[in-house]
Amino acid sequence: MSDPILPVTRRALLGSSAASVAILTAGEAKAGNVAASAASIRMPVSLTVNGTERLLTLDPRTTLLDALREHLQLTGTKKGCDHGQCGACTVIVNGERINSCLSLAVQHAGDEVTTIEGLGTPDKLHPMQDAFVEHDGYQCGYCTPGQICSSVAMLKEIARGVPSHVTGDLDGEMRATDVEIRERMSGNICRCGAYSNIAAAIADVARG
Amino acid sequence: MKFDAPAGKTIVDDPTVIGKSTRRIDGPRKTTGTAPYAYERHDVVSGQAYGYIVGSAIARGRITAMNLDAARKAPGVIAVIAATETEPVGTSPFNTAPLFGGRDIAHYHQAIACVVAETFEQARAAAALIRTTYDRDAGDYDLAKVKDGAKIAPGWSVPEDIQRNGNFAEAYAAAPVQLDQTYTTPDEAHAMMEPFATIAAWEGDKLTLWTSNQMINWSKRALASILKMPAENIRLDSPFIGGGFGGKLFIRADAVLAALGAKAAGRPVKIAMQRPLMFNNATHRPATIQRVRIGTDADGRILAMGHECWSGNLPGGSAENGAAQTRALYSGPDNLTVSYISRLDLPEGNAMRAPGEAVGHLALEVAMDELAEKLGLDPIEFRLRNEPERMPGDPSKRFSGRHLVECLREGADRFGWSARQSRPASVRDGRWLVGMGVAAGYRGAPITKSAARVSLDNAGRVRVETDMTDIGTGSYTIIAQTAAECIGVPLDQVRVDLGDSRSPVSSGSGGQWGAASSTAGVYAACVELRRMVAEKFGMNADTARFEGGRVVDGKTRRRLAEAGPLSAEGQMDYGDFQNDYDMGTYAGHFAEVGVDAYTGEVRIRRMLAVCDAGRILNPLSARSQVIGAMVMSAGSALMEDLVVDKRFGFFVNHDLAGYEVPVHADIPHQEVVFLDTLDDVISPLKAKGVGELGICGPGAAIANAVYNATGVRVRDYPITLDKLIDKLPDVA
Repeated sequence: MSDPILPVTRRALLGSSAASVAILTAGEAKAGNVAASAASIRMPVSLTVNGTERLLTLDPRTTLLDALREHLQLTGTKKGCDHGQCGACTVIVNGERINSCLSLAVQHAGDEVTTIEGLGTPDKLHPMQDAFVEHDGYQCGYCTPGQICSSVAMLKEIARGVPSHVTGDLDGEMRATDVEIRERMSGNICRCGAYSNIAAAIADVARG
Repeated sequence: MKFDAPAGKTIVDDPTVIGKSTRRIDGPRKTTGTAPYAYERHDVVSGQAYGYIVGSAIARGRITAMNLDAARKAPGVIAVIAATETEPVGTSPFNTAPLFGGRDIAHYHQAIACVVAETFEQARAAAALIRTTYDRDAGDYDLAKVKDGAKIAPGWSVPEDIQRNGNFAEAYAAAPVQLDQTYTTPDEAHAMMEPFATIAAWEGDKLTLWTSNQMINWSKRALASILKMPAENIRLDSPFIGGGFGGKLFIRADAVLAALGAKAAGRPVKIAMQRPLMFNNATHRPATIQRVRIGTDADGRILAMGHECWSGNLPGGSAENGAAQTRALYSGPDNLTVSYISRLDLPEGNAMRAPGEAVGHLALEVAMDELAEKLGLDPIEFRLRNEPERMPGDPSKRFSGRHLVECLREGADRFGWSARQSRPASVRDGRWLVGMGVAAGYRGAPITKSAARVSLDNAGRVRVETDMTDIGTGSYTIIAQTAAECIGVPLDQVRVDLGDSRSPVSSGSGGQWGAASSTAGVYAACVELRRMVAEKFGMNADTARFEGGRVVDGKTRRRLAEAGPLSAEGQMDYGDFQNDYDMGTYAGHFAEVGVDAYTGEVRIRRMLAVCDAGRILNPLSARSQVIGAMVMSAGSALMEDLVVDKRFGFFVNHDLAGYEVPVHADIPHQEVVFLDTLDDVISPLKAKGVGELGICGPGAAIANAVYNATGVRVRDYPITLDKLIDKLPDVA
């Protein structure tokens, strides 16, 4: 994790006391307790979001999810559980889908992040977005950006030959079968139960 | 306008827009992340601070002390509101459990504090510094233990929820063939993907809430009562709702604490309830114990039908009446259906998708399967022999439209039911024991008054405003279709604005009444707009045709746009004639499962629903409603279970990892067929809801398929492998 902008390396941060890297305001410093000093730290972090470099100064406790939603106001990425259990916060980081609620924004210095807003717009839908509309692969819409980001990255995993739990032949050609799609998408909960339609939408895109 | 007789000729009898599969008009926004949900309204008001909720660590008792000092001194904290420093807020007819304030605790994770800070991280950290001590009281948390002291529950509109005809006890005792079985269903959670969320802002004594709520007008009135302020000073705005399933019918702690927090902080406050609080702070579907007794003659004609259901709730809370569908489904001159309630000190039980009926089918439709086997009848044939002429529980009522027989017959054909082996555990596919199951489905089709404003501009564009909500149900699109149809414009010329309490009052979304009610309200407004347009053009509104952006009456032909701008409001009201009918929706549900012969793991292989719900306004989104409900029903059959800690009185598995809901890998391809029916008793559109029909029956079909596959009958839901594994047929 190298970062040209961050003045404090991860090792330095871990190796020094919180206070030594804290940027304290006078009032907060006077409070003098551990919670106060820890909460007063702000760290700069630079990451590329949807192709644009963004420099943020963040409380290091800020998740990537909250950095996107609250600081960059990219609210397409959803917070369903904040505990890595539902998949609504799925974004693509350096080509891999991740739960953005489970990592801190400062871990992503220099990373390339693609969110749902980076895939398409209402006037220019990404093929996966269009397929979700065509197959009614959503209902309330809250898990939808996560499903779409997950499915776009998931098809690339299959193309790269990354196996899943249901892959029978590890040496053969990997295909986006219905069973593979459903297995690999199982980290994205849709409580409205649009699974059948989501699978149909993904299969459409996979067929090209 | 008043709908006071069955629909005759209407302006939508030869539809070109409604009834056609239509991509959702809000789809591009939902799929690009540009549909704004409650917590995401950065644009509506500046200076939003963050609220974080603290929940009670006991289920029943009193707070003895709260130490708030450390939280108040923590960085970034703007305000801390605490139960011990706040008078209990008011209540409303829509709330049972106290929402906030005072030292008394009625249930686990009741909100006891809210920290407001500059950032989410600061609010969360400060909330963790609050120290609370309690005096814990004993409580009742075990339905089976309190069941014997149960009273008959109050009904929706009657003091006692009991229906009886003839003499059930005598008829049952005399019946040649009898079935007497008891089934249990656990507490269940809505677990909608978007948690409760609200941004609250005060402007003087006026309060605006950008929130996530299914019933805007109910909730505006409830909030006025809770906060003891005039309703006209409250605005709710809820254009997109990340799922509700009944969990967002009411004002909950997020809205109350955001309002109180914003007042204390002197700034707008945004709160999303943390997921781990959602399961105990929120409402849930109560557990049931259901006893079904059915007596028949030797030919399988039902002589006596008895369905008793026990559930529990906080004092004043409603019951989960699992017997509701039994009153509508099968004949039997002597019948008894009754809902009992006991006090439990668990979190508040309240409506979840098809309250009563969703879990009622899990008992009744399995009992029917058990009895069919006892009679040596095919389960479909058994049901067909007991098709009633009039409403069994209330024979004064006719059916407004009922095609259950066609649902079952067409379903049997499509599913290949004739291949089912009636002897259980007789089909093997490798390691899988394979079985098929069927269930009938019934869900009432209530309808209620609903209003809308429809405006026409001078470019011929139409705008619909109503406080109706779209909770994923497809309201935006069916409302646009209705307006496009009635005014005769292309769909893309219609804009729909929903969820704002400043708009005319709609039905809201609940009880699967939203689609039928809200589109009828839009119809009423469109009729009024057509009258105004015709008047402006000097035409007869009754004979003028509105089509293709033009208005034609005899030889006169005008461009619709020339009539704009115009704005009309309308509301559909309903006459008493509907009381003569039972308005319901029906389905035949089919499932095929494989059960691992070694481990007892259940895998659903196929699901089919054949539905009778009147006119289907948008087959694309209606199908989604049904498949989604089938998924939730599969969840209640096979995995969903809020586990009660009976010592301390709370739901243990209170997050989305512990409370298991179906995921992609659990659900096969699903097939849905809509019968081509119209119900002229319900509204001019002749359409009924489907969103809850789909959760009434599939779980029972799965349970029956598991039995057919294995010969093991599990009557305590969910049907998990531990309940099967030691009873499975020998594998050798």
